[in-house]
Amino acid sequence: MRKMLNTLYVTTQGAYLNKEGETVAVNIERETRLRLPIHTLSSIVCFGQVTCSPFLLGHCAENDVSVSFMTAHGRFLARVQGPVAGNVLLRRAQYRQADDPVASARLARLFVLGKVVNCRTVMSRALRDHGEKINAPEMPKKVALFAKVARNLLQEESLDNIRGIEGRAANDYFGHFNDLIVSQKDDFVFAGRNRRPPLDRVNCLLSFLYSLLYHDARSALETVGLDPAVGFLHRDRPGRLSLALDLMEEFRPVLADRLALSLINLGQMRKKGFRTLESGAVVMEDDSRKVLLTEYQKRKQVEIEHPFLKEKIPLGMLMFAQAQLLSRYLRGDLDEYPPFIWR
Amino acid sequence: MMVLVSYDVATSDPGGAKRLRRVAKICTNHGQRVQYSVFECIVDPGQWVAMRQQLIDVIDESQDSLRFYFLGTGWRRKVEHIGAREAIDQEGPLIL
Repeated sequence: MRKMLNTLYVTTQGAYLNKEGETVAVNIERETRLRLPIHTLSSIVCFGQVTCSPFLLGHCAENDVSVSFMTAHGRFLARVQGPVAGNVLLRRAQYRQADDPVASARLARLFVLGKVVNCRTVMSRALRDHGEKINAPEMPKKVALFAKVARNLLQEESLDNIRGIEGRAANDYFGHFNDLIVSQKDDFVFAGRNRRPPLDRVNCLLSFLYSLLYHDARSALETVGLDPAVGFLHRDRPGRLSLALDLMEEFRPVLADRLALSLINLGQMRKKGFRTLESGAVVMEDDSRKVLLTEYQKRKQVEIEHPFLKEKIPLGMLMFAQAQLLSRYLRGDLDEYPPFIWR
Repeated sequence: MMVLVSYDVATSDPGGAKRLRRVAKICTNHGQRVQYSVFECIVDPGQWVAMRQQLIDVIDESQDSLRFYFLGTGWRRKVEHIGAREAIDQEGPLIL
């Protein structure tokens, strides 16, 4: 297994990154604040007005370090990619199966299965940990329902039906999301998912976390040589990385939703860490963003045993492991893709 | 794994300043400078072999010296810092 390398997040506006020997130097106000050997990094994420020298970008491409640019609020803008690498045969296998509706459905339902089961775990864990504070008598019933949905999914063969099930399950899940918030209930109210722009603080947190996941899913897929743009559950659309979205589904509840909930419930996020713009969009202040990124990075270091590989790996390597399993399935080395089921 | 590299290069010797610069450069390429001639490097065994050889090639063994301390992967328990210029944790969250 590959070692989990670090990700450098640069959120200071006006920062400049350049190559110094084999290191990445971060300059803030003409002063080198940090020098990191490139071999300790797997990616660099720049937020807002952060610039990189062309030589650094080239050096990163050579060393398999992905560089992404986001707006200050975390919306993805661009990434820099080196020469095309990876395995043509694997990619061809991916395209063939993506063109075949039966094969696509077979994979799509496993992605959705992973998501549904993991959403269920988020709810049942919340019930177990602070059931007395959750004022939703119908929740245990919903948890049971999700288990049934998961079972039904395995019989489903039409892609459209699978997408329908996914949509309904997501609706149900987000319908109960507000009940999972047990402290600061007046400051963090969730009345349904909205995005572009997020209109409340909870959606703002979720959107930001999802864009981090998107970035990680894309890098994981590219590392194993898959084309992140050609998906099975999500259809091709210009500019969208459909396979990255597919792969994310299993991880949304585990890495993002759960983290957003604990940030709110443990009081690490406060009302004053957010700002509402005139357009109604809610954005995070710099300090909240730093807290969130720190916690996200910490969470990625937590080790668990992978249910399929039976190996101890950090949460941050999960997507990479899943991307590798997916490529093995597409190549025909595995009979079925094993989605990540969180226990 | 974490390797602590420290060195002494004789700068009184002609060419000593050049060797010192080269040694420092190899070290910054692989790790973090924690004191003037002390570096903490997080490397895998392959990278370590390469780095070690580069250092040995640069120094003059009759006058300079290198010391390597192998702290392994559980190095956090073995390092304590007191005073100014606290080093950053290269494996922790990197947010600037």
